Amino acid sequence: MTGFMTLLRKEVLRFWKVVVQTVAAPVLTAVLYLLVFSQALSAHVQVFPGVDYISFLIPGLVMMSVLQNAFANASSSLVQSKVTGNLVFVLLPPLSPLEIFGAYVLAAVVRGLLVGLGVFVVTALIAPPLFHSPLWILAFGLLGAAILGTMGLIGGIWAEKFDQIAMFQNFLIMPATFLAGVFYSVHSLPPFWLAVSHLNPFFYMVDGFRYGFFGQSDVSPVTSLLIVSLTLIGVAAVALRMLQTGWRMRH
Amino acid sequence: MSDTSPAGRVPAIELQEVTKRYGRLEALRGVSLKIDQGEFFGLLGPNGAGKTSLIAIIAGLNRASSGSVRVMGHDVGNDYRAARRALGVVPQELVFDPFFTVRETLRITSGYYGLRHNDDWIDEILENLQLTGKADANMRALSGGMKRRVLVAQALVHRPPVIVLDEPTAGVDVELRQTLWKFIGRLNREGHTIVLTTHYLEEAQALCGRIAMLKAGQVVALDHTARLVGQFGGGTVRLKLEGPPLPAALQPRLHGAPRTDGRVELHLEDWSELEGVLRILREAGCTVSELETEHTDLEDVFLRIMSEAS
Repeated sequence: MTGFMTLLRKEVLRFWKVVVQTVAAPVLTAVLYLLVFSQALSAHVQVFPGVDYISFLIPGLVMMSVLQNAFANASSSLVQSKVTGNLVFVLLPPLSPLEIFGAYVLAAVVRGLLVGLGVFVVTALIAPPLFHSPLWILAFGLLGAAILGTMGLIGGIWAEKFDQIAMFQNFLIMPATFLAGVFYSVHSLPPFWLAVSHLNPFFYMVDGFRYGFFGQSDVSPVTSLLIVSLTLIGVAAVALRMLQTGWRMRH
Repeated sequence: MSDTSPAGRVPAIELQEVTKRYGRLEALRGVSLKIDQGEFFGLLGPNGAGKTSLIAIIAGLNRASSGSVRVMGHDVGNDYRAARRALGVVPQELVFDPFFTVRETLRITSGYYGLRHNDDWIDEILENLQLTGKADANMRALSGGMKRRVLVAQALVHRPPVIVLDEPTAGVDVELRQTLWKFIGRLNREGHTIVLTTHYLEEAQALCGRIAMLKAGQVVALDHTARLVGQFGGGTVRLKLEGPPLPAALQPRLHGAPRTDGRVELHLEDWSELEGVLRILREAGCTVSELETEHTDLEDVFLRIMSEAS
């Protein structure tokens, strides 16, 4: 247990020591999105009845920040350790695959939720939020962060260089989060793209998260919870398997 | 059974028929080796011989393609927690975590091994490696030599019974070498098993009780250092000759080409041969105007073994 706690603490300290870059900067980015998009679009769009666009947008932006930062934390930490060679400090001690998995993913969850909280607090000053059911908010926030932390771990295990992880982030994570209905309701899409959106697990994370705020969503939150939980189990199984076999870590 | 030493204790490290392939490259081809507890053991070989591969496998950083590896009786695969707890490794590469200070680094490493309140021992290590003054310095701010000391310290935080040092003195100044060997020597006297790879053969000869030489992934020599050096006995005699050229009977002993100034280097298998050499020279009418002798050392043995084994 101490080994796990130490690795978790180290991973949290790692981003906390550069908190301006790892937490403050993504909060600023999200707030800029909110200001620009709400200025440009709020007059034209009403997604849910009784919910103005800026209020609709806030949970999406919070979730997007949670997801992207959870991914960034695990992946960049791991790739950085690989490139600089200090990953040996984690590989030499008697840490089990489960401990390594748990520590990296939980640290990613902490960073994701911290950034999400930051975005939420700042945006709440701009548009006072609704809290339909906070437990759903918490559940989807946690699960989404854990999934992306796990995907960051997988990406970090796979990648051997920074540009490989950037590719993973730019061609997979970014499109998947952007197309998850952060800025719009998928029901405004043509049928084909609506169907495609339903194949994207990120959509259920955002949709379920948003349900927690408004009590309204594109699909039932129970369905979303199920799909999101299954996604987490799936990616966690892949990550654990990778750690157990030592793929790209213990040659 | 091969899994206990003569003293009835499990070997510190036991390798059986260990092979390692990277694609088509065979880095290790059936290495079997037993290192007893309390030994100061040298692992020598040219670059690419497989030393670092072997250490990586012992440390669990790499996995053997076949064969078994045990540290203090614990299989590095099935019983990896106990095996890794028993082992401290100083890696060859100068790696560090730029986010932390020296003390933070050592506390984190202690934590990985399940140790919470380790500051007394950390202080002792810092003291012995002359790092106390740098305890609160960030790793980034340290010189190469200081970073190397921290790597040694990290390998020792959990007081492992077996300590592996992979070229710890490469590019390191005299002061650190002396500091390091003093401390490592003390640990060895206290019962820790030390395994060392180095390119400095004098260092290996002075420190190691037993030596294995690796070439192209195979053990080509394994013996007590004294016996290894003694096995080739003799040495080299440097002469300055006047008069006729070197007699044909002595040509096979010649090291390199004879020089025009009459200086030659002759190899002797045993010092008892010296008298015979001098007699041949005398009979040929050569006069010896200068004579110097040099005993065989580990470097000579190493070079001979490496050129013989193929």
